[in-house]
Amino acid sequence: MIDRRSFLVASTGLFASAVLPQSAFAAGRDPRFIVIILRGALDGLAAVPPVGDPDFAALRPPAWEGEALPLNGFFALNPAMPNLKRLYGAGQAAIVHASATPYRNRSHFDGQDVLESGFDVPGHADTGWLNRLILSLGQGSKIGAAQKSLSVGTLTPLVIRGEAPLLGWAPQQLKAADPDLAPRLLRLYGETDPALMTVLQEGIDTGKIASGMNPMMGGGGPAGAMVDMAKGAAALMGRDDGPRIAAMAFDGWDTHTAEQRRLTQLLGGLDQSLAAFEQGLGAKWADTVVLVATEFGRTARFNGTQGSDHGQATTAFLAGGAVKGGRVIADWPGLKAAQLYEGRDLTPTTDLRAVVMGVARDHLGADVRRLQTDVFPGALSVKPLDGLV
Amino acid sequence: MSPDTRAAIAFSRFGLGITPRGLGAASGEAREALLAELKSPPTLSMSLSDAQRDLGFSSALPPTPELLTQLAAYNRARKERREIKAQNQTPAPDIPSMAAPDMAGKQPPLMDDQRLPQAVSFAEVAARLKVWGDARIGFHERLVMFWANHFAVSVDKGLPVRVLAGAYEREAIRPHITGRFRDLLLAAERHPAMQVYLDNDASIGPNARANRNGKRGLNENLAREILELHTLGVNGGYTQADVTRFAKVITGWGINRSGQGDGFRFNPNAHEPGPQTILGKTYADDGEAQGIRVLEDLARHPATAKHIATKLVRHFVSDQPPPALVDRVSQRFLETDGDLSAVYATLIAAEESWSAPRAKLRTPQEYVIASLRALDTPIQPQRFLQTLRVLGQPLWQPPGPNGFSDLASVWATPEGLNNRLDLAYQLSERLAERTDPRVFAEERLKGLISETTRRSVALAETRPQGLALVLLSPEFMRR
Repeated sequence: MIDRRSFLVASTGLFASAVLPQSAFAAGRDPRFIVIILRGALDGLAAVPPVGDPDFAALRPPAWEGEALPLNGFFALNPAMPNLKRLYGAGQAAIVHASATPYRNRSHFDGQDVLESGFDVPGHADTGWLNRLILSLGQGSKIGAAQKSLSVGTLTPLVIRGEAPLLGWAPQQLKAADPDLAPRLLRLYGETDPALMTVLQEGIDTGKIASGMNPMMGGGGPAGAMVDMAKGAAALMGRDDGPRIAAMAFDGWDTHTAEQRRLTQLLGGLDQSLAAFEQGLGAKWADTVVLVATEFGRTARFNGTQGSDHGQATTAFLAGGAVKGGRVIADWPGLKAAQLYEGRDLTPTTDLRAVVMGVARDHLGADVRRLQTDVFPGALSVKPLDGLV
Repeated sequence: MSPDTRAAIAFSRFGLGITPRGLGAASGEAREALLAELKSPPTLSMSLSDAQRDLGFSSALPPTPELLTQLAAYNRARKERREIKAQNQTPAPDIPSMAAPDMAGKQPPLMDDQRLPQAVSFAEVAARLKVWGDARIGFHERLVMFWANHFAVSVDKGLPVRVLAGAYEREAIRPHITGRFRDLLLAAERHPAMQVYLDNDASIGPNARANRNGKRGLNENLAREILELHTLGVNGGYTQADVTRFAKVITGWGINRSGQGDGFRFNPNAHEPGPQTILGKTYADDGEAQGIRVLEDLARHPATAKHIATKLVRHFVSDQPPPALVDRVSQRFLETDGDLSAVYATLIAAEESWSAPRAKLRTPQEYVIASLRALDTPIQPQRFLQTLRVLGQPLWQPPGPNGFSDLASVWATPEGLNNRLDLAYQLSERLAERTDPRVFAEERLKGLISETTRRSVALAETRPQGLALVLLSPEFMRR
């Protein structure tokens, strides 16, 4: 029997650094901050399975537990993430579990709007919280709007769109189409247009059409695309005059089917991307925070197609030399039917905005009041999470 | 059928596709809206580009005689350059291919060999992109495309057709598509682009004065294709003897390269003397008029009416043209002596034209234009040309004189679908920032959207994916 309020899961204590002064940000530093948005909703229970929760085994196929990399007695890490495991061991990576944005519905677009805009409701798609955070940092600062920040990819992620100036960069060989498009189209045609479905199926079967269902995908697959983006961004940000702040989005996390195989690819790509940042930033990695966040989590139970459907709480990752790592930060809500959100999803217990606020204040020296009003409008009641960096 | 569905069919089956302006233009009486478009055809216009100014163009879309003069000067300059190169023994520079990947929209430096044709084709394409974007429904432009494909020329033939293809469409096709078929037929066959494409400018009567030494002779290419493709159809009842005699009739038809007139020239010295009998009727030799009279008879032949009606119904309505509809359209063609506007009115009036299942697949050209209209996004001419090339329907470059197919089975291939996936995704990525896919689906698929598509789009993982699913949905791909 686990009491969710009393079960402290962080290996170094949940709020161990709560007594630190308001800001740990010190003058003279030259920090870097990278935001990676995982579009499609990462299954936090698959990325960081709570193997110590007695109710977990009944929800998920057994493969997760056996192969997972142990983090502490309670949580383990998906086996596709050895680099994150290494960083965690070195105190340079932390996991915030059962976290979520204020969005409580299940639309990707709206969820991404909330995650990236920083507003607590969808419909604000003009500027993102990261851009407004940059503006709040002041003109004189190396990390403020005087320095161009970096947008990676052909599409500027909403999180970094806004008035603060941006440098855009995209790998030369971006994947032509989203590999998840063909499988979705196959289902659509399957119900409405059998003739087109036959043609599409033939294209997928013969490798002519890239599909997430098709291992013959060219160009290094989704993992290769992620690593290319990370390598390029790290090369730019590793320069003394390079951008200090960057954002990028990795697509493909909507694992309704064949989740284990797909997450092995995707989490592997994310894991290699973190290693690419560590390597590419060199000495600057010591003063870097990478935040990895997704719009929402997925159902606690697997569905009938070895995948999971749209849910609520999930995991966020913090990596970088500046992170006070080696911890899973969670106010664990439990997995019993009555503890699940609407009886189906992991219940959110940590506001993702609090995580961002904590990093922004302590790593970048952001003003808390502006975080609670300009960066995250309507977030006066949200307090920065202490001791993340 | 709901009024929205009817309007949506007007836009997709008969037009260029819906735009952010919605279905309004066809929301009343859709038939009237389509026919009204034919009464006020759009004007192609374009301002001179720097490249054209350098080449001394009088206007961005110059008439054929001016292009022929340009072409002659250009060929002289190329010849000189080749001679200088040969003397200097330096290797010729590579000529960049139009097909080369050009994703960044950057142009490779223009080599001299590309300068004239590129300057011409970019202006021609830019002028059409504007008209296609502005068209309310686009029935007029769909008919222009239909007839330009019926009377196909291909830029594959070489530099002259490459330079003239746009002017051919502007001068021979566009002004005549709402008039009489006879005028369209004559304008198309007599245009220098067609004369070059099907080799008639080189055809000489065996007994003509220009062939006194007996070394040159007849070329049947144009005569055969007029009978087989442009008028009677392959089973239209003509014989090989008819082809040969008709070829003799149109000897002497060719190109006026003096920069004067409309570019057509009749050269009596190349014309085969004597009467010729075609389809049982004897045509006295009255020079140029002999061919005109044959074409006039072909234009009103029942086989031609049937052939044109079949192609129109197959293009607009169904890959399996309903015979009753073909008969009605064909009958109207004959009754009105080929009044094309009357023919279209009959096609549009038929209930089958609206109730037929939306089973045809948009051709690549229709698909690209419809996508650009739906997303309300501009495209550079070179990018547009490259996109059509990748999708397998390069502009004015069909594989043969029979033009591009419009059968769904021809375009519904794994490769073609893959290219549409890539295109839809690339366009969607560019436009995703400000577009909610759910709204986009409801507005652009209005009157057509299925529950399945609605759900697929709402469940899409990202905005670009959601937009791409709309563009790839059966409702958008088919018409």
